[in-house]
Amino acid sequence: MKNPLESLSKTVLIGILLTIVMIVLLNLIY
Amino acid sequence: MDFFEPTYIAFFSRWLHVLSGVMWIGLLWYFNFVQIPSMPNIPDKEKPAISKVIAPTALFWFRWAALATIITGLSTAHLNGYLVNALTLGIIDASQKDTAIGIGMWLGIIMAYNVWMIIWPNQKIALGIISANDDQKPIAARKAMLFSRTNTALSIPMLYAMVSAQNLY
Repeated sequence: MKNPLESLSKTVLIGILLTIVMIVLLNLIY
Repeated sequence: MDFFEPTYIAFFSRWLHVLSGVMWIGLLWYFNFVQIPSMPNIPDKEKPAISKVIAPTALFWFRWAALATIITGLSTAHLNGYLVNALTLGIIDASQKDTAIGIGMWLGIIMAYNVWMIIWPNQKIALGIISANDDQKPIAARKAMLFSRTNTALSIPMLYAMVSAQNLY
């Protein structure tokens, strides 16, 4: 399987998903 | 306005942090959104214009802007009194603002580490700045590209953490 980071659009998608996970965690903790 | 009062000095440090951060992330996005995707469309005889002239210059400003962003970021956090609370992710003072800026700071530190310890050493091999075997060059270029992409992905939550800490929490 190709590394998803070879695709620019998948890289941006990973970044957006990481952001959503971070926002959810920040709201769960506090 | 007193330019030597602590409030102004802290603001000035933040301004330098934003300036260097824009240059760093701007060049990171140039590499990932413009240069790397454009390379296959450039004829082979014209590729040295990128690999020998533009990329080394862009990499110079890229790596030093990364270092300047970290130094001015840490000084901004210190001058505003939240350096330790942020680096410990707000655990000490149970502050959502410090957790948010702390996540942003650690993502920035990881990204700067990637620039200096992985991307730049591999780019030196890939661009022929240091001598290496021809079979090492594509391996180094791929490694530099993947870590550059990693930083592009991390830049999205990093900027959310930074901006939300100052404006949302």
